[in-house]
Amino acid sequence: MSELDIAGQPPLSLEISQYIRKTRGGKIKTATKSRSDHAIKITIFVLLTLTIYGFATFNYKNVDIAKALAGTWSNIKVLFGQPKLTYGTWGGSLKALFVTFSLGALATIFGAIIAFFGSLLCAKNIANSFVANITKSFVAFIRAVPTILWVLIFTVAAGLGSVAAVIGLTFHSAGYLIKAYAESIEEMDEGTIEALKASGASFWQIVFQAILPSSISRMTAWTFLRFEINFTNALAVGAAAGVGGIGFDLYMAGNHYFDLRELGFITYIVVAAVILLEMIATKIKATVR
Amino acid sequence: MDQTQEKAPRPQDQTSVFVTRKRTFTLAFLGVALIFVISAVATDYEVIGGLESIPKAVVWMARHFIPDAKAWSRLPYILSKLSETALVSVAVTVCAAICAFFFSLPGTKTTKTAPWIARIVRIIAAFFRNVPDIVWAILLLFSFGENILTGFFALFFATFGMLTRTFIETIDEVSASCVEALYATGATSLQTVFNGVIPSSLPEIVSWVLYMIETNIRSSTLIGMLTATGIGYLFDLYYKRMDYSSASLVVISIVILVIAIEILSNKIRKVIM
Repeated sequence: MSELDIAGQPPLSLEISQYIRKTRGGKIKTATKSRSDHAIKITIFVLLTLTIYGFATFNYKNVDIAKALAGTWSNIKVLFGQPKLTYGTWGGSLKALFVTFSLGALATIFGAIIAFFGSLLCAKNIANSFVANITKSFVAFIRAVPTILWVLIFTVAAGLGSVAAVIGLTFHSAGYLIKAYAESIEEMDEGTIEALKASGASFWQIVFQAILPSSISRMTAWTFLRFEINFTNALAVGAAAGVGGIGFDLYMAGNHYFDLRELGFITYIVVAAVILLEMIATKIKATVR
Repeated sequence: MDQTQEKAPRPQDQTSVFVTRKRTFTLAFLGVALIFVISAVATDYEVIGGLESIPKAVVWMARHFIPDAKAWSRLPYILSKLSETALVSVAVTVCAAICAFFFSLPGTKTTKTAPWIARIVRIIAAFFRNVPDIVWAILLLFSFGENILTGFFALFFATFGMLTRTFIETIDEVSASCVEALYATGATSLQTVFNGVIPSSLPEIVSWVLYMIETNIRSSTLIGMLTATGIGYLFDLYYKRMDYSSASLVVISIVILVIAIEILSNKIRKVIM
């Protein structure tokens, strides 16, 4: 191809100097100005300005920062250096950890089911653009409300307990997974869907014979990633909304018993669980790709 | 399915693709169902009650969760708290990004540091990433009290850990070729960083920073509830007073802020990437 193109054109000039841009002083320009560089500079400038403005206007309530930092440092040493259970038990902590896992798992399963059907309405290559836009705006709204607020809103309607927590976590999981699944579906080969359509397959036949088999591996990886996030969210929700699980134990140890050693012990359990989940996720990602 | 199997002659010992696929799907379905049942039992989750509560919550929201005149009169105060939370999120992310960038450099291949230094960098990053931000918040409450800095440092540690790992991966991916070229011309590590690594990975880094700002606004709402600062505290206050119409205005203002930031950062991303 390229040979043909060159053959039709006048011979290339080898005078390289005409391609080099120079500054007025005669120096060779090494940096090129582009729209992207400009946008980056403006973005960084705005972010730095906002940061400085923020630090200037925050209400610090006359806290002695040096003293507080020194106190925090000694607290960190106690927290990680001398973990000890006083109020709870090993069995109780592990059970609470399992409850947090379960909250995360329930939210992930519900989220994945909703997201599977939602993503069919969203993916550009199978949905019509009007429905897709409505679904996307709805999802953007759902994701914009922080998880903890969904949990608290549902707490009023469903009472304080696992139902409110799971529904609150599910809202975000569904929103996140719809976006991820739709991208997985959009990445698949256009020809497969077209071939099935041409052979007269129905919509659901296309979904289950072409879309699901070809994007299931990517979807699994996304789902597990979301499970990791849901675990940390379940932890946070347990602490802030008091729905139970090991997050609530963390809150009680820190804000009720004021026991750093207890807090340290529970933190170790949580961190071990998070690292285990991350290792499993990495393994799943490796087998999927 | 049956027709294709009849037509295509195949060796007896080989099971059809469709049969294995069906078997895998059945197994996966049973596995998920098992996890579901165990989790539901462990958390006392009522499946029917859960489904019933959704329409109940929608009805309740339509009736009580609408801002009234009293709520609108509180709008200036709500907006001041919202801007405080937004500024904290930006400040945290910018500070964490600057620290994480320089901290991640020894962890990348571009600076040619000893492998054990790179490993230490990764371990420290993993530590900060894996300790949840609520643990930091609870810990910092001991010395800082209910202060804006409590949330600031809690988010800072978590963001720092997250961004350090991301920057190590991004820098290794994006600037490998130009770094090699610069070393070949005899540039020093410092020259390579400033003339190779920073320019080539800056778009990716800015994109990650924008993403973390979005995430941190949501997280800071929750941290604010624990540390009694910002918009999270305000929501908690109205919520506990059962002043749901004011609480709804807080939610609406958060939604508008988050969506605005999302749209803006998507626009910026489109231009810079």
